[in-house]
Amino acid sequence: MALNPDFVGRTYPPAPAYLVGREKVREFARAVQSTNPLNFDVEAARAGGYSDIVAPPTFAISLSMDAAQAVVLDPELGLDYTRVVHGDQRFEYSRPIVAGDELVCKVTIDAIRSAAGNDMLTTRADIATVAGEHVVTSYSILVARGTDESSA
Amino acid sequence: MEIVEGASLPERTFTVTRADLIRYAGASGDFNVIHWNERVATEVGLPDVIAHGMLTMGLAAQVVTDWLDNPGRLLSYGCRFTRPVVVPDDDHGAQVTVSGTVTEISGGEATITVRAVCNDATVLGKATATIKVG
Repeated sequence: MALNPDFVGRTYPPAPAYLVGREKVREFARAVQSTNPLNFDVEAARAGGYSDIVAPPTFAISLSMDAAQAVVLDPELGLDYTRVVHGDQRFEYSRPIVAGDELVCKVTIDAIRSAAGNDMLTTRADIATVAGEHVVTSYSILVARGTDESSA
Repeated sequence: MEIVEGASLPERTFTVTRADLIRYAGASGDFNVIHWNERVATEVGLPDVIAHGMLTMGLAAQVVTDWLDNPGRLLSYGCRFTRPVVVPDDDHGAQVTVSGTVTEISGGEATITVRAVCNDATVLGKATATIKVG
């Protein structure tokens, strides 16, 4: 099923602010097998000029994927989520996320296109502090594989 | 650390077991069944349970940020998920080897090309990080 092209440019209301917890950062850092003291040790992070421990670069995905759920599950968009794979991911940083940040994530549909029988959806998640300081933007391309077996 | 064109970042090999996938699922909130349930993974045409693409991308990021004196130098990081990392149900798991090379420096930014290899195949496509220099 083709995606509804009218959705390009649509922005979804942000979810409530996400408070970045110190233990959540440590848990994520362990999960990506970090050994970097800045991800675990408050004193090391402060010595490095940060107010608290620093989240690994891909931590932002926990916020952006969560916020993108509102988009991918919107029935009017026409995305069959059982056929979706994550095709491409990019982050653009103003600064690293640190524990204690209170972040708001706003999701926009940047592009919809079809190629080789697959539908491709580009979402942009702008992540900023509640005070409005930009922290990171996450671009995700979700690919809905076509139902034609020869193009899978 | 010296940021010059052609510089190699220290290589690192990560072991990814089924337990690591469960750990990443919990930490990230991505509980997609294909990352922990072999029955469902094979039903949708995968050879076995596969790692989250974002886990592989997260492992690979360590090679870049560990090389930097300050993770705040990181300006962008992106990749394509070209091949799945298949994680067998055994004690050895999958091995992902990550390396990086400074491929370009211009306008106060350096581009690092990141390579992630599992079973002799590249698993991340066009994986690059840009960093602030100077």
